[in-house]
Amino acid sequence: MKLSEIRDLLDARVIVGEDKLDIEITTAFGADLMSDVLSFARSGCLLITGLSNPQAVRTAYALDIAAILVCRGKFLTDKFIETARELGIPILWTRFIIFESCGRLFQKGLTGCIRKTDGNEEKIIVR
Amino acid sequence: METRKKLLSDEDFPESLEGIYRIQGRDFVDAGIISSEVKKSLQGKGIPESIIRRIAVITFEAEINIISYAEQGTIQLFIEPDAIIIEANDIGPGIEDIDLALQEGYSTADDSIRELGFGAGMGLSNIKKFSDIFELTSDVGQGTRLKSIVKLNG
Repeated sequence: MKLSEIRDLLDARVIVGEDKLDIEITTAFGADLMSDVLSFARSGCLLITGLSNPQAVRTAYALDIAAILVCRGKFLTDKFIETARELGIPILWTRFIIFESCGRLFQKGLTGCIRKTDGNEEKIIVR
Repeated sequence: METRKKLLSDEDFPESLEGIYRIQGRDFVDAGIISSEVKKSLQGKGIPESIIRRIAVITFEAEINIISYAEQGTIQLFIEPDAIIIEANDIGPGIEDIDLALQEGYSTADDSIRELGFGAGMGLSNIKKFSDIFELTSDVGQGTRLKSIVKLNG
C-alpha cells in the first residue's frame, strides 16, 4: 500500500516526506526497543513505534527502513524532525496507539516483515 | 559528539582504514550518528546494501555500548579487499563476565540508555549475530576491545 494510504487509514500527519507519499510499503515492524528493530526488522518495511527520538530515525536509516509511523501522538522534537529530513526518512504521526495502528494496517493487507523470531524454548529465562 | 575522519594520507594508519570516530561516554544526544556516518561512507563504493546494513547495525550497537558504559572510545572502520572490519575500543570499566554479557537479555543498563530505545541486553548478541567473525576481549577496570568482521563474499 502507498504511504499516502497509510496516512489516510490512521488520520496521520505527514511530518517529513510529503514528496515520498507514493512509495509502496508491504511489510511492517512494530517496537519501541531499537535493539530489537536492529535485530529483526527488514529493509523496506514501515517502522511502527512510540519512540520519537533521533535514535529511532538513525535505526531506520541503518536498515533502509522505508518510513516511520510515530504512534500515541508522541511529542516530536526539532532534533527528531531535523534528523529525519537529513537522512531522508519519511515520518507519519498518528494519535492511534500501536495496537490500533497495527490492527488497521494488517486488516488492509500489510504484514509483519518477519512472522516470529527464531530461537529455542529452553532459552526463555536469563539468569 | 565529535566525529572525526582521519585522512588516509596519514602514514601512521593502514591503508584500509576508512575512518576513525571518537566517542565520549554518556554523551547520549547524538547517539547513533557514527552508524549513520559509517553507512554514508560505505555507500557508492560497490559494497552490497545488505553488507552495509549489517555494518550499520554493528556500528550502532558498538557506539551505544561505548556511550553507555565507557569513559571514552573510538570506532574504526576498515575496508579490506575481502571484508569490512569494525573495531571498537574503549577506556572504561570493562566486562567482568563476557559469556554473561553476550547472553540475550542480560543488561546492566540504566534509564538514560533505555530512554534511547536500547539497554535491553541485545547489543552484543546483535553485533555477534551480524558479524562473520566476532572478537571481544576486556580488561576489568581498563576497557574493552571489540572486533567485528563482515566478509564481502558472503
